[in-house]
Amino acid sequence: MQNLEEFRKEVKEWLDKNCPPSMRSGADPSIPVDEVWGGRNAVYKNPESKIWLDRMGEKGWTMPTVPKEYGGGGLNAEQLTILNQEMFAIGAKQPLLSFGIWMLAPVLLEYGSEEQKKEHLPKIIKGEIRWCQGYSEPGSGSDLASLSTKAEDNGNHFLVNGQKVWTSYADKADWIFALVRTGPKEPKHDGISFLLIDMATAGVSTKPITLISGKSPFCETFFDDVKVPKENLIGQLNAGWAIAKALLQHERAFISSFGLGSGMGSGRDLVSIAKKYIGEENGKISNGFYRSQIASHKIKEHAFGLTFKRARDEGGKASATASMFKLYGTEHNKKRHELMIAATGINGVAWDGDEFDKEEKNLTRAWLRTKGNSIEGGTSEVQLNVISKRVLGLPS
Amino acid sequence: MKLILTEEQEFLRDTAKNFAQERTPVAHFRALRDSNDQNLWDKDIWQEMVNLGWSGILIPEEFGGSNFGVAGISVILQECGKTLTPSPLFSTGVLGAYAISNFGTQEQKEQYLPKILNGKITTALAVDESSHHDPSKTSLTAEKKDDKYILNGKKTFVIDGASADVLIVLTRTSGNSDELTGLTLFIIDSNADGIDKTKLDMADSRNYANINFNDVKCSNQDILGALESGGETVESILDIGRIAISAEMLGNAESAFETTIEYLKQRKQFGVLIGTFQALQHRAAAMFCEIELTKSAVMAAVHGADERSNELQRLSSLAKTVAGETLHLVSNEAIQMHGGIGVTDEYDLGFFIKRSRVAEQIFGSSTYHTERYANLSGF
Repeated sequence: MQNLEEFRKEVKEWLDKNCPPSMRSGADPSIPVDEVWGGRNAVYKNPESKIWLDRMGEKGWTMPTVPKEYGGGGLNAEQLTILNQEMFAIGAKQPLLSFGIWMLAPVLLEYGSEEQKKEHLPKIIKGEIRWCQGYSEPGSGSDLASLSTKAEDNGNHFLVNGQKVWTSYADKADWIFALVRTGPKEPKHDGISFLLIDMATAGVSTKPITLISGKSPFCETFFDDVKVPKENLIGQLNAGWAIAKALLQHERAFISSFGLGSGMGSGRDLVSIAKKYIGEENGKISNGFYRSQIASHKIKEHAFGLTFKRARDEGGKASATASMFKLYGTEHNKKRHELMIAATGINGVAWDGDEFDKEEKNLTRAWLRTKGNSIEGGTSEVQLNVISKRVLGLPS
Repeated sequence: MKLILTEEQEFLRDTAKNFAQERTPVAHFRALRDSNDQNLWDKDIWQEMVNLGWSGILIPEEFGGSNFGVAGISVILQECGKTLTPSPLFSTGVLGAYAISNFGTQEQKEQYLPKILNGKITTALAVDESSHHDPSKTSLTAEKKDDKYILNGKKTFVIDGASADVLIVLTRTSGNSDELTGLTLFIIDSNADGIDKTKLDMADSRNYANINFNDVKCSNQDILGALESGGETVESILDIGRIAISAEMLGNAESAFETTIEYLKQRKQFGVLIGTFQALQHRAAAMFCEIELTKSAVMAAVHGADERSNELQRLSSLAKTVAGETLHLVSNEAIQMHGGIGVTDEYDLGFFIKRSRVAEQIFGSSTYHTERYANLSGF
């Protein structure tokens, strides 16, 4: 086993040589910033985004702990910490945003066959294939297991018919991981399979959804006599529900990070907004009632942040705490945005036009977008159900 | 520092848990409440706690203590909180031990610490003078006359003040009420001439007193910390107290919550367990989350205290606010979910809501500490 200090030295040197200047802190602000999701049709405003992705992908460092045989970095936990520290030290940008990394890859590692891992993981890690998630349907939201998109056994392939909804970036994705019904409707959990589908297959089509906040990445996705090879089935036939649930845990952990300042609404500080729009007296938000509401909320967020840290320090056990983080992360995010628009007054509900500045109009949209946070990835009510049943053991 | 217990703290917790469950279950508190005991805590039980070394957790090793720190005393208080264990551990083992160990002169340490350690004396901290906590509103005067200080005024709601042998008193030596400057702390024998204690009868049936000071004489040697720096010193002691009481309140909340969950799994109405009702399940789940947040806030504050973090004041206000709100919520919900039996004296839950509301007031309510947190954070 390699000496850790040697490893740190190597990482430092590699980053120094390979991380382009515009991918680090202190980058020239005039260079456009890409949101890098990879995939067949990716376009880059800044060529260095692509260079950075390719180099990190080649090293396997977009998924540093995945074994090298699947294209990962093959690092252990200590090495991962070192890599993160060294990337943090130079303010290196994450090279790739990816549902493949956040959701599908962990599930493939656990449930995929050797061939499937070798086929799909390297492409996820290199950012060559962009994935989207086909779970919800018009008739199956919280009651996901009632889904009815059908995959019939047609000998050498499945024939898929049906509709998915809330598929983020389906119009930009190359492949979709989808839950399909391959067995009977009752018992509903036992007839579901986990299927990978190439979006370029004949019969797949998408349509974007406009939200109350305006344009959104969400789409409807339609399957009309789509032929899917048998080898794209993950796990056993009709045993997809366990995989679906495992993937949801990864998704919830990801969504709950919104409430901690990353993700939507970050960069907007509630206190400075309040001081700007309400006013300031002796360094204090001048309206006592707003100030106390903001303080109460900040205290909750502080305690929540500490709980996140505690869970990490405890070793991140217990999937049920993922429900708590999803619940509080999203509810706090909603509350924070409500307080922000209230503090911004009339300008906090601006929609369009030149009378309001861009920040104000963006805040309105961001506030409306947060309403979806506590619905997507399992509603707050579903999280409360999970906690009461799985953590507290309350009877059904 | 990681927000987890060390092995040493886990050991202390297990010892405290066994002690509280076996020696001081809630029935012990009930018996004291129903007795004519003036102290409202049991001398033999206190001596057992002393023998376990608990009064010396915050005392340095050179004076015979274990110096296990705020983290050590907090896990003990949390376990004691689960069974509402009445004892002078908070007033003496936290406030007295911390104050004298950190701000006492060598002479004061030698005089008091060994006696705290072996249970010979208990102490009380006398700060407030009205219905609401506010150290700046101190008007009890300590007037210098020759080589003496003459104390005149009244302290209210002194925790364990009815039984304490030694009092630590916040006085005004200069300036006006509403200022944290011009304050000085004195250590006084509670039987000194001119001290008049009146026991308070509070909802939580614990030991409290109002204390009158009529021409009470102190000398320079009785000053704790420096003259005129009592405001800063007392805030430092209070912050440790706020964190410690938050740990005890967390224990109160955990216990009331656990009792309630058990009840939801046993009680039947309409032919089914009431725990199957989603209206109750969601409220129970919400309480679980609030308790988890409280654990984190208390633990972070405890570490902040032991590391003497410059965030300590903010963390202390965070912990006291969150612990107060959580215990408030849980004590209310516990009763409501129990239904009729929850409001009977025969059932133990009522003790928890009574303790909750008194503890919420100790060294500042959630409202007080939200304001303090906001000031410290620059909101």
